[in-house]
Amino acid sequence: MFAKQLTVFIENRAGRLSEVLSVLKENKVNILSMSLADTTEYGLLRLIVDNATLGKEKLIENGFSSLLSDVSIIKIAHTAGSLQTLLKVIDKGGVNIEYMYGLSIESEDAYVVLKASDSEKIDEILNANGVKTLSCEDLAHI
Amino acid sequence: MIWSKEETLPREEIEALQLSRLQETVHRVYEKVPAYRKKMEDAGVRPEDIQSLSDLAKLPFVTKQDMRDTYPFGLFAVEKDKLVRIHASSGTTGKPTVVGYTQGDLDTWTECVSRIACMGGASAKDVAQICFGYGMFTGALGLHYGLENIGAAIVPSSTGNSQKQIMYMQDFETSLLVATPSYALRLAEVAGEMGVDPEKDLKVKIALVGSELLTDAMREEMHKYWGKDLLITSNYGMSELMGPGVSGECLEHCGMHINEDYFIPEIIDPKTGEVLPAGEQGELVITCIKKEGLPLIRYRTKDITRLFYEPCKCGRTLCRMENLSGRSDDMLKIRGVNVFPSQIEEVILSVEELGPHYEIILEREGYLDKLTVKVELAHSTDSFSVLEKIAKEVKDKLKVILGLDARVLLESPNTLQRFEGKAKRVKDLRNLSH
Repeated sequence: MFAKQLTVFIENRAGRLSEVLSVLKENKVNILSMSLADTTEYGLLRLIVDNATLGKEKLIENGFSSLLSDVSIIKIAHTAGSLQTLLKVIDKGGVNIEYMYGLSIESEDAYVVLKASDSEKIDEILNANGVKTLSCEDLAHI
Repeated sequence: MIWSKEETLPREEIEALQLSRLQETVHRVYEKVPAYRKKMEDAGVRPEDIQSLSDLAKLPFVTKQDMRDTYPFGLFAVEKDKLVRIHASSGTTGKPTVVGYTQGDLDTWTECVSRIACMGGASAKDVAQICFGYGMFTGALGLHYGLENIGAAIVPSSTGNSQKQIMYMQDFETSLLVATPSYALRLAEVAGEMGVDPEKDLKVKIALVGSELLTDAMREEMHKYWGKDLLITSNYGMSELMGPGVSGECLEHCGMHINEDYFIPEIIDPKTGEVLPAGEQGELVITCIKKEGLPLIRYRTKDITRLFYEPCKCGRTLCRMENLSGRSDDMLKIRGVNVFPSQIEEVILSVEELGPHYEIILEREGYLDKLTVKVELAHSTDSFSVLEKIAKEVKDKLKVILGLDARVLLESPNTLQRFEGKAKRVKDLRNLSH
């Protein structure tokens, strides 16, 4: 199962991140998790939100370069070593991880957001190994 | 359609007409304009020395500075009460340059622009929307009367209020657009935002563009938005000489035909002032031979081009000037390298992932010039490697073409400034004293 990640290009300029967030606020798009990676000149803000399609549409209307991409949101136990166990499974399947960040929802379980080089293939691997992932609908109801 | 028979005269006849008009003009300014008489006396030349067209080279040049020195009417050859219109340049640096027209001059202007419009494919059937700023700028009124003269219906919408411009195009079925290339692109962008596809939903078939360079890359970009069948021609002029109508491109796209029965073109070496043979690149110098109010002689345009005299397939015998590669005024000197902004534009337009808008920023760090180019992303991505690839492509191409290292800044769509008139894309923050 995939979820949609909302990615926004932002220039490294004071107030730019806040502009993105205010567009989301105005349209009542709730942020569940985020990762901000940057170079000296620009950054990519990657967001997991409750309504990614609306978020993208509103950001584009407001002049941001924004798109949706497929990511896997994977449930793992909130215990030492569980992420490593998951990665072993993925590595064995021969998929490369492009980036990853955390999404904490409940106290006993954790989630990681993971972008793989091959979204179809990682889904197969995860399904074959009985790993739970979240869909867009799941996100909308958090 | 060819508007006037003068556009197809055999070369000997054009030259004979030019010589008699030149002699008349030189006699007139010598008699009536003290500043000209003094210039000619200083150069040791008298009106009767002009016996052939090649004698033109004996006459002194006129520059923009001469016009400023004699501000406002010092180079005029008629009494002020003979004038029926006055225009002025924007005068971004110091006093503007003032130009004046007699009724005869306005008729000449209308004739010249009518020819240019027909060269670009215009006819009486067209609805012509003029998206040049009306006012002291000569562009709008020049095109206005020239197009009206051929029977087109004029929509004098001027610049600004782009959404309304698109509404007029839809409701009046505008078939001909007059704009700068950058404003034509901006209008397409606004149409897109309104859910209007310029190619399918509008009826614009002809674009007469001017007042800015039209590079091949810019032309392609216009086709991308407005459709491949749009007839795009550029035309050339400047207020000092008359306004638009000095020359215009025909549909053969092999340079701009100069209205030689009104203007004599020369190409000179900008450093030595020496006249160069046909086909060589240099600064365009124009002599007005049928102007009454302000007949400038050997006016240095600062525009770099070449002249071709071979007959054109369109049937016109008027010589052609190559589409401009740059104005010597616009030329930037960056770390000792001569750079035309149009060269940077070509690079940006060649990168698929970028939009057509850009900004060039020059700064000085210590004793070194720093070149920064800001560009807009046309497509979205969530990958740094794609962003790095785009920036690197621009950087590498600039390095190859200019031999300069540039800092390339990627920007979100619609963040760089848009222009309705002449685009001002260069910000020189170097505080150079010269």
